[in-house]
Amino acid sequence: MKDLFRGELVRFTFEEPDVRAKAEARWQRDSEFVRLADSDPTQLSSEKKIKEWFDKQAESGPQPERYSFSVRTLADDRYIGFLGLWVDLIHSEAWVGLGIGEREFWSKGYGSDMMKLCLQYVFTELGLERLSLGLHEYNPRALRSYEKCGFRLEGRTRQDAMREGKRTDTLWMGILREEWLQMQNGDQK
Amino acid sequence: MFDIQTQLFEGQEICFGPIDHEKDPEVEARWTHDSEFMRLMETNPARPMSAAMLKKQYEKLEKQIEEDKNHYHFMIRLKADERLIGKAAVQRIEWANGNGFIRIGIGAAEDRRKGYGTQALRMLLRFAFAELNLFRVTAVAPEYNEGAIVLLQKFGFVQEVCRRKALERDGRRWDLYVFGLLNDEWRNQAKA
Repeated sequence: MKDLFRGELVRFTFEEPDVRAKAEARWQRDSEFVRLADSDPTQLSSEKKIKEWFDKQAESGPQPERYSFSVRTLADDRYIGFLGLWVDLIHSEAWVGLGIGEREFWSKGYGSDMMKLCLQYVFTELGLERLSLGLHEYNPRALRSYEKCGFRLEGRTRQDAMREGKRTDTLWMGILREEWLQMQNGDQK
Repeated sequence: MFDIQTQLFEGQEICFGPIDHEKDPEVEARWTHDSEFMRLMETNPARPMSAAMLKKQYEKLEKQIEEDKNHYHFMIRLKADERLIGKAAVQRIEWANGNGFIRIGIGAAEDRRKGYGTQALRMLLRFAFAELNLFRVTAVAPEYNEGAIVLLQKFGFVQEVCRRKALERDGRRWDLYVFGLLNDEWRNQAKA
């Protein structure tokens, strides 16, 4: 069987609350990173507060609708980011959000490798029908990566966010189980 | 023209009112026993509920509205006799982005196709754009809810996203549409 947690550049782990809190507290101070990842106003939280959230998460145990991974590089075991899934079992769909907090690993294929692992997990381990995501139109790097991974652009909600006084669209993408399976077969030929 | 005389919460035949914790639970409980209505309104599985459950839900809703401050909720009533016929809401408002999600439902089958939904949406849009000053509103409807789609298009909503095969119902997959209307578009229509 395939190793679900090992890609070509990265592997999925789940780091301890104190390790995650320390990293997140540092990553959130990069406002470009936060504004690429989210549409809410950026907010700075203390390491203590962040650790409390992660502690609470650990206490409530694994939830059937929530899957979180920490991401480490294979080459030198650097902890560079995270990937999270929100699962709707009723409609057999998941939403994915991911981030690479360590900027030196941007634009080098790490995000795409994370997404490929995620797709494999969603369709072969969770057995879902569909994976969805949203991104800002000012994040073309992410758009290219997701397209490369097989996501299709399904539309844009017009001017639904505002950054630096400018209105901007949110793009919505999705990939279906059969589309992903077709890609896998194509790769094997 | 600065118009505060025209009532926000009064339409031709309907009005918006607050929750009546005594009378409303029983009325809405009846709606939940109609699976067709529930499947038009919710993507969660339809389930019949008791008045006692709804009473609790209303309390939870009012508490959540108080805490989150990003949700406005109205009961739709007939002006003639204050009878509850539906619900309308602007929710998940992102204040920094000026965006919110709207929802409207007319509960009983005999109250549908009488123009109440149209009147309610007209009032809800005025509330969202002229009172909350939102830049845009978003609405979501599954492909099988033709009534909702026609109503949204009548008010100038643009179908912006087609989330392919995002819903599972009756043993098959259905598309989920996302609609948007901008404040400017709404204002220009009102002028025309």
